[in-house]
Amino acid sequence: MSAQPIFAAFRQALAEAWAGGAGALLPLGFFAGTAVLVPLGIGTDPATLRAVGPGILWVALALSSLVTLERIFQADTEDGALDLWLQTEAPPSAIAAAKTLAHFLTAGLPLALLSPLLALMFQAQASTGLLVNAAYYAVGGLAFYFWGGVGAALSATVRRGGLLISLIALPLYVPTAIFGAMAMTDAPGSQNAPLLLAASALFALAVAPFAMAAALRLAAD
Amino acid sequence: MTEPLLTGTGLGMIRGERVLFRDVSLEARMHDTVILRGANGAGKTTLLRILAGLTRPESGAVTRSAPHHWVSHREGLKPHETPHEHLSLWAKAWGATANVDGILKFMGLSRPADVPARHLSAGQRRRTALARLLLQPRSIWLLDEPFTALDAEGRELVLSLIEDHCREGGCVVAAIHGEAGFGAANEVTL
Repeated sequence: MSAQPIFAAFRQALAEAWAGGAGALLPLGFFAGTAVLVPLGIGTDPATLRAVGPGILWVALALSSLVTLERIFQADTEDGALDLWLQTEAPPSAIAAAKTLAHFLTAGLPLALLSPLLALMFQAQASTGLLVNAAYYAVGGLAFYFWGGVGAALSATVRRGGLLISLIALPLYVPTAIFGAMAMTDAPGSQNAPLLLAASALFALAVAPFAMAAALRLAAD
Repeated sequence: MTEPLLTGTGLGMIRGERVLFRDVSLEARMHDTVILRGANGAGKTTLLRILAGLTRPESGAVTRSAPHHWVSHREGLKPHETPHEHLSLWAKAWGATANVDGILKFMGLSRPADVPARHLSAGQRRRTALARLLLQPRSIWLLDEPFTALDAEGRELVLSLIEDHCREGGCVVAAIHGEAGFGAANEVTL
């Protein structure tokens, strides 16, 4: 067991995301596009927009995460890199986690960082609350990307596996989406929602790498 | 008699509803070269993957008593990766302290060392993948069609690599079409 392959996998995934260029911007465009289109669709009444804004952004975040997830393991299967990673001294679960984390940092975290700006488009008051919400989006996004990674690993050998990823990942997104949206309301019982949101992310971090590893071994088999 | 570095006993594989091969046994000791023969689709690549531990055989077992190198027709290069980046990455991943520039020069890759893989020729990609063999000394080499896409000079280069490796106490298991070009200790026909 050695940590070097894990760092190497992380670095390769980061380099791949940058080299992809427009690929990393795709979810960002999708996310921002939603925020621009929704007010056009439901009208510009500030009270309505303010009420639905945080929820719409959760939905947009969940769907944006699915846009690029298809690439993370499929490319590795096709070019043979998966075979090499599976033959390192590091456990495949750690390799998969490192790759997913790199993908989250390049594709998911920028969405959370952009969220305060988009919240303003939904007539939210500019306040530190928006930054707190951005942190919630980041934590929830982490869970989304790890569950999505399980879908991506399971469909690594399926061409055009995007639909399959969505079918597998979306049900797993549910708890995170519920607690995330709850954390941003004043509904009764919402004071514990941030903790439950964090718990759902931790659960994803703990379980998803092993599911991904099993799926990747199967993909190489 | 030395202990075998690599042993496969009673290996069998089923793909779909077809028996790909059954009861294949082979072993490779120090200085051995084993060549896998068989028509396209006979299961040479699958057998190599089983020996590498990537694919689980339907029956039989594999034991490796030393680390192995794996080079297949899927080179493992990313489209954006240059040969230099590729070798540096795997040297790091394996914790090897290799002279990457020296290896690139030896493999005839000095000129395209900084060209992204998507612009490399098939032969240059293959040379890059084979260059991984030199990053770290490992006793067992598993090579799937190592000569594909190589020019005459590249072929000679790989032949000399294989010969040196065996002389120094390693073993090679390779799936090869046509003439091997080196004396094989053992041939396995699927």
